[in-house]
This record gives sequence, C-alpha cells and structure tokens, in this order.
Amino acid sequence: MISLLRKDILILRRSRLTVALLVLYPVAIALLIGLALSRGPAKPRVAVVNETAPGARVEVGGRSVDVSDYASQLFDQVDAVPTATRAQAVAKIQSGDVLAAVVIPRDIAARLSSDVSQAHLEVLYNGNALEQSLVQSSLNSALAQANLGFSEQIQHAAAQAIGLLLKGGNLGVLGAPRNLVGLGEIPSLLRRVIAHQPPGPDRAALERTLAFATFAAENLTLSKTVLQTISQPIAVHTKLLHGRRTPLDTFAVVVAVAISEMFIGLLLAAGAVALEREEHVLGRLLRGSSTGRARGVLLSRNTLLAEKSLLAAVCAFVVAFAMLAGIGAFVGLDWSRVPLWLAALALAALAFGALGVSIGALAREVRAASLLAFLLSLPLAFLALVPSGSVGHGLYDAISAVSFVFPFKAALEALDAAVNQSSPGLPISLVHLAVLVALFGALARVGLRRLD
Amino acid sequence: MNAKALAVANLAMRYGEREALRDVSFEADAGELVAVVGPNGAGKTTLLSILAGLQRPSAGSVSRAPGEVGWVPQQPALYSKLTVAENLALFARLERVADPDAAVEEMLEQTGLRDRASDQLSRLSGGNRQRVNVAIGLLSRPPVLALDEPSTALDPGQRERLWSFIRGLAAEGTSVLFSTHDVAEVQRYAARALVLADGRLLFDGTPTEFLAEAGRDLDGDFEDAFVSFLRARRQR
Repeated sequence: MISLLRKDILILRRSRLTVALLVLYPVAIALLIGLALSRGPAKPRVAVVNETAPGARVEVGGRSVDVSDYASQLFDQVDAVPTATRAQAVAKIQSGDVLAAVVIPRDIAARLSSDVSQAHLEVLYNGNALEQSLVQSSLNSALAQANLGFSEQIQHAAAQAIGLLLKGGNLGVLGAPRNLVGLGEIPSLLRRVIAHQPPGPDRAALERTLAFATFAAENLTLSKTVLQTISQPIAVHTKLLHGRRTPLDTFAVVVAVAISEMFIGLLLAAGAVALEREEHVLGRLLRGSSTGRARGVLLSRNTLLAEKSLLAAVCAFVVAFAMLAGIGAFVGLDWSRVPLWLAALALAALAFGALGVSIGALAREVRAASLLAFLLSLPLAFLALVPSGSVGHGLYDAISAVSFVFPFKAALEALDAAVNQSSPGLPISLVHLAVLVALFGALARVGLRRLD
Repeated sequence: MNAKALAVANLAMRYGEREALRDVSFEADAGELVAVVGPNGAGKTTLLSILAGLQRPSAGSVSRAPGEVGWVPQQPALYSKLTVAENLALFARLERVADPDAAVEEMLEQTGLRDRASDQLSRLSGGNRQRVNVAIGLLSRPPVLALDEPSTALDPGQRERLWSFIRGLAAEGTSVLFSTHDVAEVQRYAARALVLADGRLLFDGTPTEFLAEAGRDLDGDFEDAFVSFLRARRQR
C-alpha cells in the first residue's frame, strides 16, 4: 500500500497542471457560491423623479411630513438615481443606465393630505424577467414599508386625539376652545350634579347622560388599544427549535468549504482509480485477488480502494481545512471548536473519497471518471441547498432522498454543526457519513470486479 | 526439461449461457515455449487470464498460484508518468521481491533498456514499452510466463528483438505460454502449439505434428494448414 501511495504521489507531483486545476477550480467555485450566499441581492438602480414642489409637505393625522423625507425613506431599498424629468427617466431605462424609474407625481402631497383620495406612484421599468422581478419585489417591499409608516403616523395621531378627548385640556387645533373638559371627567362631574338634583324629569335626563358618558369614556379607552393593534396586527416572535441561529456569512463559509472538499475528494479519488484501469494495470495489480488462489496476490481490492480513498481524503481534508482556517481569519469563527471541525472535515473527506473511488471503479478512463464526478458534484451541492418549502412536498421529499444517499448534505450538516452548532448535531451527521463511506466502499468493490 | 512446470486440468469458463472454455487440459514443461492459437473468440485470452489469476474458472484446476505465473497483458500495463526504473521498482516492491533494486538492475540488463532507465514510459516506443511490460512479468522470476499477444503492434525489428528476449528466457528454464494470431510465429518460435476454437482444445502438439494433422508437408505453409484444419474441424 505504501508503494502504491508513493507511486500516486509521484504521479501527482508530475501532473502539476492537473493538481493546480484540481485545487484552484473548486476553491474558486466554492468562493463564488459562498459570496453569492453570504450577500443579499444588490440594490437595483432606480431613477427617482420627484415632481413635487421643493419643501412640499404632507399633513397626516395632524402631523406634517416632508415629501423628500418620505421619498428617501421609500427608496432606501434601491440605489436611487435622482432624475429631473419623466422623459430623462425613460431615456435612462432605455439606455440600461437604470432598471426602473419611479415618478412621484406633483399632487401626491395634496392627495395624501386629503384623507379621502388615494395617492399614486408611477413605476416604469424594462429589462428581462429576472430584472423585472427584482425591481418589482424591491419596490413592493419599499412601498409596503412606506405605507406602514404612514399608517403608524395616522394611528399615533388618532390615539393622541382620543387621549385629548378623554383627558380634556387644550386640543392644539386652531379654533378649538381652551381648557376643554375631558370625556373621562364627565361621569364624576355629572354624579356630583345629580346628587343635588331632586327626583324628576331633569334628574332622569341627567342620569341618562351619565350612562352615555360613562359608556363613551370606557369605549374610547378601549379604542386606543384597538388602534394600536390595527397599525401592526401581526407581531413576530422568532424561536429556533434546534441548535442556534446560523449567521448567513458563516453558513456560506461552510458551504464553500464543503464544496471544495467534495470536488477535490471526488475528482482525485475517481481519477486515481480510473487511471489504474486506463493504464491497464488493474489486472496486474489485482490478479489472484478473487480467484481463490491467493498466493502471490499483489494487492487486494480493499487495499487498492483504501489507498485511493485515503489519498483523496487527505488531500481534500488538507485543502478544506486550510480554506476554513484562512477564511476564519476574516469571518468570526469559534476557534475553540477546531477539534470538531477536524472530525467533520475528516469524515466528510473520507465519504467523498469513497464516492470518488466508486465512480472511478465504474469508469473506463480518467476523463470519463472526472466528467462523471464533476457532473455529479454540482447537482448534489445545489440539491442539498434547496430549502424546504421552496418546492412542492413530493419534489422536496425526492430531493431529500437523493441528498441523503450522497455525502454532500451530510458533510454540509456535519461541518455546519461543527462550525455553527446547527442541527442536526455533529454525532448524527458523522454516523451518516460513516455509513456512506461503507456504502460507497462496497459499491466501489463491486465496480472493481471487472479488471479489464 | 522433463519436469512439468504447469498442469491445467478440465478448465471451463462460462459467461452466463456462453461457454468460453470447455474442458481444457494440458501440461507444459520447464523451458518450453507453448503457443496458444485460434480464431477470435476461441478462448485464448480467457485461458491465459485464468492462468494469471485475473479470472476464476467455472470449473477445473491450475497447478500454479497466480504469483508463480508471470503475466504480460496484450497492452502494456505500465504507468506512463513513471520512468522505466520506477515502474520496475514499483512492481518489484508490490511483488515482494527480496531485493527490489537488484531485480530492477537485472531487468534493465536483460531488456537492454539501461540507457533508457530514467525515461518516462510515455517517451518510449511501442517495442520498448512491451519489453518493460515483459520485464515486469519476470520480476519475481516466475517458473511460468503467460504472454497475451506480445508482438501485436510491433514492427518486424521490434518483434525480432522481443522474440530473441523471450527465447532467452525459455532457454533459462522459464516455461512460456503465449497467445498469437500470427501463425508464422508459432512455426518459427513455438516448441508446441495449443489450437483452440470455440473454447475447445482441438490440437496439442508440435508445429510439425500440426502440419501432419492438417495433411500438409513439413515445409508447407503453416497459415494455410491452420485455416484448412479449422475448416475441416468445423465441418465435422
């Protein structure tokens, strides 16, 4: 086994371009995927045409809001490009300078202040379906936030007005009488007056007025709470059932490292086994190993497969650990968990090596084995990253089943558990990986029954 | 020369319904050069690969363990990224040869490739690769050497050098079995010929006996005799 290992290392040393590609390509792919995962979508460039007069203000619920403030709040989620006219905005869209334009009409302040007519924004956009979808979702989200802001201001103003009606005092509204009595005070005042009234029609009328004032004061107090509920009917409280919340950037690191490890382990193991067949050496190495005439056997199938798996696993492990440690210098990783990283990386590397040798055992030549390993790697990575709920139940179950029988998802979960303490826990993922090592090792052994 | 180097008894090989070998039995003496001839699909490669331990026969027995039979496959089974010496050293270690370095030196000497010892296999001609291929089969000094169409794809000069090398081995006592499509090689180099067709051993004897069996003169055309022999057997 040592002789074979030395030979493989010698061949790798003489195949520098292949080795460089084998390391650089997966690292580059992994970093790109990691970057894509760790960053949210870029803000789309949107032209903003504000046709309102400078300093125009909107009166909402007794409050005055500057339209420009509203616009800046509204366009917080896009890369706003201030544009003077609608025609210029259209030209910018057509030239591809911006993806869309939003026109704030001249009458928006008046419409918002009127409390009766709805205000309108004009949205112009172009581009392909993806760009249209990006612009639409960004603007819809921005509008929803702006509308929520307005509704909160209206609710706040209404609650203030109700408070003043209940407490009395100075309403602060032009023309309103000063030091008004509050609705909440009326029942006690009326009770004092009624106490000095003799029975008769006047007292009965006062008692009816007292009943109304008491009822009105109680219900106005309740309506303040109701208004608060209407302004934000659903409040969100989040709770994670297992593990701890994984930050997107550290999860992206885990994905990038797992992808690199998979590529190297798979391609190297598959190529190393297929090379033996391509060089027609397999028969020479393994002859006698399955004939029952064991004397003089050079190598057993198990030894050959173990050597190839180990070589690929060690290379994949070293590159993956170097990558994780390197990225760890820039992303906040918990270095006290390094022993767990090592365990996850080691078993994942072995599982990728085992899958690789099974591919290599089935292929007739290195190119076919490499292509097969490559074609298998990317879909496996993407399937493992499909979140539940993003596709139908049946399809998700099928995706989960496929991901379960290949090592990428288990490796990702093991590494995520080791780095981010996510669920399922590390022991479960390690056991899963160990089972896959045995499974693909057995499959590779079957593939090596053919020696030509 | 009379000690039996190899004894094969009632060898059979089935692939599902197809019988690649049927009840094949023969013996080979030490230092004997035995040719295995027959048309395509006759079972030549199957027979040699069973002797070398690449396949387990469906029935029958071989007196030698795979480690006692040097194996030289039709296509050179060598690492093209390794040098001649590295290939020899690797297989010497895998064969657990007592002194791998001495074995490498000896094979470089025997193959006449000492001056090419540091060249990678990919830089060698087909003939030289085949010489290394044969040398690897001889590293453990096996009493029996099985060669599957060793001269295929070699030019006449390379072929001549290869046969000179193989005859030298036989002269030193190695029992050599080789399969070939070139019946002229049988006539020229083999002490005995095994003629296979459809997995059956149709003839076992010297080339001279074969010509007589085919009804030809001793100096007759061997290829013509071979074709008419097979035709006559099929018509029976």
